[in-house]
Amino acid sequence: MTAEAGLAALWLAAALSLLGLFLSILHVRGKLEADRAVRGLAIVQGLLCLFAFVMLLVVFARTDLSVLLVASNSHSAKPFIYKIAGAWGNHEGSMLLWVTVLGLSGAAMAIFSRKLPSRTLIAALGAQAALALGFHAFLLLASNPFARLNPPAPEGRGLNPLLQDPGLAFHPPTLYLGYVGLSVAFSLAVGAMLAGEVDRQLARAMRPWVLGAWIFLTLGITAGSYWAYYELGWGGWWFWDPVENASLMPWLAATALLHSVAVLAARNALKAWTMMLAVICFTMSMVGTFLVRSGILTSVHSFAVDPTRGGFILALLGIYVTAAFVLFAVRAKTLREGAPFELVSREAGIVVNNLLLTVILGVVFIGTLYPLMAEAVTGEKLSVGAPYFNAVAGPLAILLGILLAVGPLLSWRSESRPVLRKLALPALAAATVLVIAILAWPQATILTKLGLALAAGLVPASILPLIGRNPFRTPLAIWGMAIAHLGAGVAVAGMAADSAFTTEKLTAARPGETFEVGPWLVKFEGVAPVAGPNWTAVEAELRASRGGGVHVLRPQTRFFSDPPTETNEAAIKTLLSGQLYTVVGQADAEGRWQLRLWWKPLVTLIWFGGALVGLGGLLALLGHARRAWRRRAYA
Amino acid sequence: MRALAILALAIATPVFAQSNMPPSYWGYRQLHDAKQEAQAQALMLELRCLVCQGQSIADSDAELAGDMRDLVRRRIAAGEKPGDIRAWLIERYGDWVSYRPSAAPIAWPLWAAPIILLLFGGAMVASRVKRRRL
Amino acid sequence: MSRALRLLPIIFVVWIVGTFAWKLVQPSDTTVRSQLVNRQVPEFSLPAAVSGVPALRSAELSTGQPRLLNLFGSWCVPCIAEAPVLEDLKRKGARIDGIAIRDTPGALGAFLDRHGNPYERIGSDQNSSVQLALGSSGVPETFIIDGKGVIRFQHIGPIKPQDVAGILAKLEEVR
Repeated sequence: MTAEAGLAALWLAAALSLLGLFLSILHVRGKLEADRAVRGLAIVQGLLCLFAFVMLLVVFARTDLSVLLVASNSHSAKPFIYKIAGAWGNHEGSMLLWVTVLGLSGAAMAIFSRKLPSRTLIAALGAQAALALGFHAFLLLASNPFARLNPPAPEGRGLNPLLQDPGLAFHPPTLYLGYVGLSVAFSLAVGAMLAGEVDRQLARAMRPWVLGAWIFLTLGITAGSYWAYYELGWGGWWFWDPVENASLMPWLAATALLHSVAVLAARNALKAWTMMLAVICFTMSMVGTFLVRSGILTSVHSFAVDPTRGGFILALLGIYVTAAFVLFAVRAKTLREGAPFELVSREAGIVVNNLLLTVILGVVFIGTLYPLMAEAVTGEKLSVGAPYFNAVAGPLAILLGILLAVGPLLSWRSESRPVLRKLALPALAAATVLVIAILAWPQATILTKLGLALAAGLVPASILPLIGRNPFRTPLAIWGMAIAHLGAGVAVAGMAADSAFTTEKLTAARPGETFEVGPWLVKFEGVAPVAGPNWTAVEAELRASRGGGVHVLRPQTRFFSDPPTETNEAAIKTLLSGQLYTVVGQADAEGRWQLRLWWKPLVTLIWFGGALVGLGGLLALLGHARRAWRRRAYA
Repeated sequence: MRALAILALAIATPVFAQSNMPPSYWGYRQLHDAKQEAQAQALMLELRCLVCQGQSIADSDAELAGDMRDLVRRRIAAGEKPGDIRAWLIERYGDWVSYRPSAAPIAWPLWAAPIILLLFGGAMVASRVKRRRL
Repeated sequence: MSRALRLLPIIFVVWIVGTFAWKLVQPSDTTVRSQLVNRQVPEFSLPAAVSGVPALRSAELSTGQPRLLNLFGSWCVPCIAEAPVLEDLKRKGARIDGIAIRDTPGALGAFLDRHGNPYERIGSDQNSSVQLALGSSGVPETFIIDGKGVIRFQHIGPIKPQDVAGILAKLEEVR
């Protein structure tokens, strides 16, 4: 019953989105006054999707083995939280989550964006309904989460043990909130282009959606990076893997869009850039979703893939993106006017910012798809990996970082003051660190040395906009900007430090032996068997000290039975100065155990910086919301 | 009984190992010379594991990856240059085995792309800003 | 914005979507093929893998007659299924040499006793070094080598009964 109720809700929601699309077309063409109807439909559709998702959670919570999805992906012995998280740890469930967030965003648009002119809002809701229709069709026709299994399975097939982790509970929902938030920005842009009303009001309506989506993407990518770092057991935090790039590309586009929308809201400039970026953001979300689910690129983070489903998503991608680009081409002339600005001004700085971000996006896009393109043209297989991306995106990111220090200090429209003087101290800090890096760490790469110098300059430079202002009278949005930029500097510091200072020790040790990793003295006490709720493991005990107290680390090799898998559980000791990362491997014939240890100074700054960036975004969002609320209250 | 089962599991050779031989000697040991080890590590990060779903041989636990690491370390210890080892492997497995795209004509668009994008974008921005001039 | 510039994104989208569609309909092919086909067998000299069967050197592969070089291991499950097919090939006149990858004499001896020995020589490659030198990436794989020691063909995976005719034809071709 539960599953059927969910399925019925989905069909109803699909029908309502079709109706909503139809009515919105009529409204925009002036044939019908359907403002309230379209908005009402959007709200009801959102609630129906939410109901369906709750039904899915219920069947997973109950481990209802008569539902095919539960039988294929869950197990009655799984811990409860992973039963719930398992609802979206598979293709159908995650598509239902996507559709639900899409529906709820449409509902939120209908409720909270009333300030927009009616034609634009209804056109945007129509675009959103068109998106919803496509994804509902995909869900109902090709990925039904509520399909029944008759007779019910005696036991579920279990969930991939790599996914039985808090990371799973957090990572996909966060990213989906990001992707779907970008779809709202897309709908608003399409709606505004259709209605011919691209202006400051649109930017103010779009901004919270872009900011919100961007915050979720930032946090989702940061969390995903940390999850892969401690789960995959090789001490790396980014591999330029196609699936990782698929999540990075929307983020790059969203960052550019974020800055562009701010300019459109403040100065009514950069109309064409903003609309184009909104379309590109959603395009990248869809390309990312397609790449990850179609299986056309090999990845270490592979999902369960299915080419037929990939084909469906590709068709949706093709239709939506082509339509949007055609609309942009047709309306481009109307996006000309906007306030002028000088070569040295904040607007110009943001234009260069957009340019650099777009070039990095282009490079990541080309690098990720190049093997596919080359194979299509020549039939030969080649690989494009970290050496390419680091060599190309790295220097561009350094340039972007320098811009990050200068841009916020420029005034709107025209900057005539000698702004560069304010940057004297950060520049000095950067130069000093660069010299130290060249002399003290010659083995580090050029990019790493530049990264260290950039971080040293960026961290003080990012708080410059706050200096000389009363902290309590500074708008929250300025705080947000400063903290987000500070977070970027901190993250760069962590990345460069990881690259420059990490030491690794690979050894085959007998119980009782001691060895060194960087400043640490580590004693291998021995190995013991250990059991968990649905796994057994071989656990090593390591005692590490560097002068002060002793830290005990227990890395494991875990064996699961449903499905049979072996995983490495790294043991990580986090200190203020860095992380000690330990992995135990196999034993050889003479009873020596493989141990792999890293001492990674300052590596946690990477994710701490990412969190700061998200926090900065959140402050900016709250700041804008508060100002909008105050304006409404006093109006 | 359960403890016995766990113990048996623990001391048995790992359940999912492939072949009859233990991992290669240099697959899981570092070279004594730190500089050579750093060279080897840098090369291993750029070589693709032949049997994995997109990992370098430095990060993979597959047996063949271990054997490839063994090969890289032995050759670096013998004085061979990383570029020559990479070329040897490309000779046998094609460009696919190297994560660093080659300098061959097939990879020229890849290396040219950032420059072209920058120039193209820069030109667009320059024309825009010129039009905006007061 | 000029007309060409506005059309560019659309052309780009069509190109990308087209390539994606092409790739989707391709059958998934994750095999890694050796690039040494039509090249000389690399020089190697492997010790004997099991007592009673001679060792294998690369020089012994250029005898004037085409030979099959089969990479296998006693621990490899598909190799068990391949063993009778190799016997069949031997009966039909193919000359087969083997390289045992990562194997021990004891396990290999038991394997040959149980499933038969179609090999004239078996070399022992305990750390996959010759496997890597040949451009092979797994077991079982079979190379067809002509009389002059040039690799002419690579068969990846176990040789199935329906492949036998093709292999024999290829052996004739390179004679």
